[in-house]
Amino acid sequence: MSDNHELEPLPQAEPIANPGLPPHQPRPTDVDPAAERRAERQVSAFFLLAALLSLGFGFAYFTTDVGDHPTTFLGLGASTLFLGLTLGLALLCLGIGAIQWARKLMADEEIVEYRHSASSSEEDREEAIAAFQTGVEESGIGRRSLVRNSLLVGLGALGIPAIVSLRDLGPLPGNKLYHTVWKPDMLVVQDVGFNKIKPADIVVGQLVNAEPEVFSPENKGPDGEPEYTGTKLLDATAKAAVILVRMDPNDIKDKKSANWGIDGILCFSKICTHVGCPISLWEHETHHLLCPCHQSTFDLADGGKVVFGPAARALPQLPIKLNDDGYIVAQSDFHEPVGPSFWERG
Amino acid sequence: MRLLSEKISQKRRSRFAGPVVLLIGLLLTGGLYAAFAPANADNNSGPSADEVAKGRALFQVGCASCHGANAEGILTKRGNNYGPSLVGVGAAAVHFQVSTGRMPMAQAGTQALRKKPVYNDEEISQLAAFVQSLGPGPAIPSESDYDISNLSAEEIAEGGEFFRTNCTACHNFAGHGGAMPNGRFAPKIYNDTPQQIFEAMLTGPQQMPIFSNEVLSAKDKAEIIGYVKNLNKQPQYGGFGLGGLGPVAEGTFAWLVGIGGLVIVAIWIAAHSTRSSKKKKVDA
Repeated sequence: MSDNHELEPLPQAEPIANPGLPPHQPRPTDVDPAAERRAERQVSAFFLLAALLSLGFGFAYFTTDVGDHPTTFLGLGASTLFLGLTLGLALLCLGIGAIQWARKLMADEEIVEYRHSASSSEEDREEAIAAFQTGVEESGIGRRSLVRNSLLVGLGALGIPAIVSLRDLGPLPGNKLYHTVWKPDMLVVQDVGFNKIKPADIVVGQLVNAEPEVFSPENKGPDGEPEYTGTKLLDATAKAAVILVRMDPNDIKDKKSANWGIDGILCFSKICTHVGCPISLWEHETHHLLCPCHQSTFDLADGGKVVFGPAARALPQLPIKLNDDGYIVAQSDFHEPVGPSFWERG
Repeated sequence: MRLLSEKISQKRRSRFAGPVVLLIGLLLTGGLYAAFAPANADNNSGPSADEVAKGRALFQVGCASCHGANAEGILTKRGNNYGPSLVGVGAAAVHFQVSTGRMPMAQAGTQALRKKPVYNDEEISQLAAFVQSLGPGPAIPSESDYDISNLSAEEIAEGGEFFRTNCTACHNFAGHGGAMPNGRFAPKIYNDTPQQIFEAMLTGPQQMPIFSNEVLSAKDKAEIIGYVKNLNKQPQYGGFGLGGLGPVAEGTFAWLVGIGGLVIVAIWIAAHSTRSSKKKKVDA
């Protein structure tokens, strides 16, 4: 710039004189022996109080009951209350004592320390590099190519145990994501109670949290034990849980959806298509089903269409029919994967 | 005996014999009917006509402005419900809505709120009798249905399973309630009486779905109520429920109030410093 030369050159150093540190002012405890002794007593009192409170923790631990008949104090669980109070206050007293010690008694003269360079000295650096070079020379890793290459092969082969043991964690998922345990003519039963359901049992506005009948403990596998238990039951439930709702058939806008139900009784997957939360907040007047996790809202009167929230796909519907005894059964499995979207679905 | 039958036999040709036999027959039929038929009606404990009439009178004063003079419901100009029809909602719905103070509503709004009940028990049963007389609907459950005093620990635990399956999605796993779309909310349920909880499940007030006795049996419902009431009896640890939301509410409290408080105390410690203008006495 043309007017640069008009600027005053900056002063080389110390444009303003360094005023230095203000004179040190002593604390009352520095100058008054009585105050000093008082502070000493305060600090040790806090430390001893902490010891007493820790003792109280032990006392509370052994004198209060937990479990089915807990000791109560003012309607609160006495054990948790007193364990928390004594331990918390003991730590607090130790902290207060330490702070009081540092602020009243430890030396507090201001001092100046200059920073040093973080890097090592030139000689140290050269020495380290020379030692490394010597190592490379003496091992001959650049010269002896047989040793070097066989080492690379040996290290690379360590990948095999890693791959094999990771592969051992379980079989590939296959097409499991596309199917649930629902099969044609499988009974739709109430969750927990496992009672079979007739259309007449369900009134307009009703919600039934339901499951396939195979989850009942009455359903024995080939070994005479309940077929679905433990993690197998949880895995299967995570895909097969459904809800039955009944609405006025005239309210159903989606004709295909109505045909998959019985007189306004529709059966939908209970697994949210966003990230798979169980979803059963049904508003029977608006026919909206709300997911408690991220507020995805599905309109069950319109084929489970998403009306709000982050879910991308409509809620899958399970086609139902009546069996010969008049109970509600599935027509088939779900016609699409239930739950969250996944990579292969595109 | 023989004497008696002979005496009767002697009179059988009397001109009064026909009418007397007819009279006896009529008395017998009427007596038998009176003995059996009304007894059945008593078992149903149907409300008396007097109760229905009193309920109707109360209804026309307190409820008809929204629900219509005959509880047929009133539509707004746009065709929305101003007050829904009460035909077929049943006595249980009336008892729930009125005994929790939700009805009569103080003002039109998103949701009827719980408040001090306006009607006493007698008036509520009269209103319920009137609405029940309009069409079939769930009757007020009998006390044995929601009696939770004899539940075993196993039954209460099973009630917990039913509760977590059917209720917690909206009402929270501690029964503290939760938010719903468009400004609505599921209320907290632990202060309601067993009868009110039972009726709520049976009738589905407002947006709540119905849980009929045919699917979720009366015993299942009693177990759920037993679980909710048992949950309420457990001691609070720490003394703050924090909405029963669990780790989220507790973590928020710990971070904001707990750690925030520590930060404030630390600033306070560093800000205060007493200095003395005296000089230290050397060799005092």
